[in-house]
Amino acid sequence: MRTSRPIRSAGPFEYGMWLFTRFSGLALMLFGAISMGVAFILGGRTQVDMPAMFRWMFFPNPNHVVNTNIPDVSLGWSNASWQIFSTLMIFMAAGHAYNGLRMVLEDYIQRPLLVAFLRVLIFTIWLGSMILAIYVILAS
Amino acid sequence: MALSRRVSIGAGLRYRGEQGMLNWILHRITGLGILLFVGIHVVVGFFGQQFGDDLSFAINAIYESWAFQLFVYFSVLFHAINGSRLALMDLFPGLLRYQRELIWLQWLIFTPAYGLPVYMMLQTALTGG
Repeated sequence: MRTSRPIRSAGPFEYGMWLFTRFSGLALMLFGAISMGVAFILGGRTQVDMPAMFRWMFFPNPNHVVNTNIPDVSLGWSNASWQIFSTLMIFMAAGHAYNGLRMVLEDYIQRPLLVAFLRVLIFTIWLGSMILAIYVILAS
Repeated sequence: MALSRRVSIGAGLRYRGEQGMLNWILHRITGLGILLFVGIHVVVGFFGQQFGDDLSFAINAIYESWAFQLFVYFSVLFHAINGSRLALMDLFPGLLRYQRELIWLQWLIFTPAYGLPVYMMLQTALTGG
């Protein structure tokens, strides 16, 4: 019989990430709804299957929707406002996801050194994902 | 308070946390599932574009299949609706009193929002459009 797991003391970082998770989750749904609506306006009303819908909803970008059998929508997506939109979306999605992964891992891992290592690892992967995503967005 | 942390899955599910606990488990599983899927999707997309190898196209074919999309859509929709319930309850703590009712409302929204597209996807997949 072991005692219950120790509760992490919640500092300002944990509180900030708690708030960020809530707001980014709500904002991601709003952003997804917007980009889906615009995708339909741009001419995808009759050609959309589920994978194409997800491509448009969560990463509206000419590089990303190029494989779907949609009429040419590159012109509609490749301007500065959609690039900012996509960057914001990736920022929120990646932050939400990797912080969630960190939360789950830290619920089951107690060894402080391992936790510190995983935090550095997850932060590095997050940073790499952000750089890759911004490169893809700006290059398209 | 002493808790045994080594319990079987069956005993864990019989714990009387009821809907809240089951939604918490599903929220974690679907969240990790989405992260895993998107991570694989990004890596495979990169290799497919750079090298055009067969493995990338094979994995691509798996996750564009209608059967896999049923899981993806379930995960995304459940995580979104459950997450919005959580966020609203956290931002407006007065709602915490109505958690059970909100969970019923959540499934009331989820069922048609999941069921209708799934019906259309299955119809397309099984009859060839």
